[in-house]
Amino acid sequence: MKNVRIIMRKQWKDTWKNPTILIHFILFPVLGIIMTGMVKEKDMPQDFFVSLFAAMYVGMAPLISMASILSEEKEKNTLRVLLTAHVAPWQYLSGIGSFVFLACMPGVLVFCHLSDAAVSGQKTAFLLILSVGIIESLLLGAAIGVGCRNQMTAASAGVPVMLLFSFLPMLSMFNEKAAKVAEYTYSEQVRILIGALGNGKIAAKSVAVLFLNLIISGVLFGVLYQKQRGRNNFF
Amino acid sequence: MKTWIEARDVTHFFGQKKVLNQISFQIEKGSVTGLLGPSGAGKTTLISILTGQIVPSAGTVKTQERCAVGIMMDSFGLYERLSVWDNLKIYADLYRVPSGKIRELLVKTGMETEKKTPVGKLSKGMRNRVSFCRALLKDVDILFLDEPASGLDPASAGKIHELILQEKQAGTTVFLTTHNMHEAETLCDEVMLLNAGKIVEHGEPGEICMKYNTENKIEVVLKGGEARMLPNSSRGAWQLSEWMREERILSIHSTEPDLEEVFLTVTGRRLTEE
Repeated sequence: MKNVRIIMRKQWKDTWKNPTILIHFILFPVLGIIMTGMVKEKDMPQDFFVSLFAAMYVGMAPLISMASILSEEKEKNTLRVLLTAHVAPWQYLSGIGSFVFLACMPGVLVFCHLSDAAVSGQKTAFLLILSVGIIESLLLGAAIGVGCRNQMTAASAGVPVMLLFSFLPMLSMFNEKAAKVAEYTYSEQVRILIGALGNGKIAAKSVAVLFLNLIISGVLFGVLYQKQRGRNNFF
Repeated sequence: MKTWIEARDVTHFFGQKKVLNQISFQIEKGSVTGLLGPSGAGKTTLISILTGQIVPSAGTVKTQERCAVGIMMDSFGLYERLSVWDNLKIYADLYRVPSGKIRELLVKTGMETEKKTPVGKLSKGMRNRVSFCRALLKDVDILFLDEPASGLDPASAGKIHELILQEKQAGTTVFLTTHNMHEAETLCDEVMLLNAGKIVEHGEPGEICMKYNTENKIEVVLKGGEARMLPNSSRGAWQLSEWMREERILSIHSTEPDLEEVFLTVTGRRLTEE
């Protein structure tokens, strides 16, 4: 566990000096604060901006950060050197994954504070929904980072995936076709579940889609990881 | 003499391409071994296999138990946004080494004034020294150095050579790759010439050069700058003594080939070829 903590501490210092990663953790929470504070319409659905931006945050920040960090470490050979220092691949991945998860938490707490869940005493459910969504994005980001050799290919692969999961929840509000596709994605279900917290109507379908996505992300990561492990002594 | 590492019939493929072909050798304790070859010969692949970063397609590498290994790779593997100190602190923590060791190494390598500088702002020579510090953070038995002075100015390369020789004197076994024959001749007790994935010659630098000393001649530079070649025979000795009597000799040189010439003879390629 000590190695995991060392990797987390390293990543904390590195991310703090890397504005291109840092911005992902800040952008949507700030947008959430601004829009929730500025736009207050009578007929607006409950937690409209919070659910929208939280879903976009879940679909973007962990996915892009994870893919970017892993691919940069591969490209610059820092990962290879780390693994020669007796850091096991699982320790490295756990360290980076835990860091990204924790780095997402301030944003999650901001959304939680802005949402009606804070008033209605459903903070735990709110945090749980977003946490599951973040873990799904982490797995997808890790799959991209592990599968790509460098940052450029990771960006080429990661941006379309990020756009899909981050922007479909928004598009689904304006377009029926997009909504039909979006209902199978975890980020859309995160949005729906947050919106449903206030009225207590949590659909089993939403929970099922969320966990099905979790399993698919996990399998995808596992397959790509094993494939890379076969090529190198790391990934 | 104790053997630290033994490679036997190591062969490696990248896709269909055979990059290493049945490499066998031993690394003895306390020696400095140089793997000499041009770019693309397979040096980095071999050092990656020896250090366990790559599993060879065929063959075995046996490492002594309790053999502590330090690695300095060609690509530095340093975190550019982090300071010199932070880079070394990560590894000091991983090796469970106290921070005092970092200070000691920074002083030894002349990098103590740069400890707060982000690595991205350092010159190549300085990054090399940081990389060297990292390799020495834990007490190592064997030090693997991949092109330790490649692309450095003479002063920086000299500093790195000095550090390697200090390690040698301290009893550390060193295995280095290089395409610089002067580096190999200066630092190494024995060298292996690697070409197209095969070791084409292996031995002490002097012995290898003597082996290819087919001309067996002596070059004499006479006063006035005229250079003359004499056979290493009684006839040559007579001529030499004549010139000595006449006080005409400015300098005398043996003409055995250097490692660069040996490599060219054996492979038809130059060490500096891309």
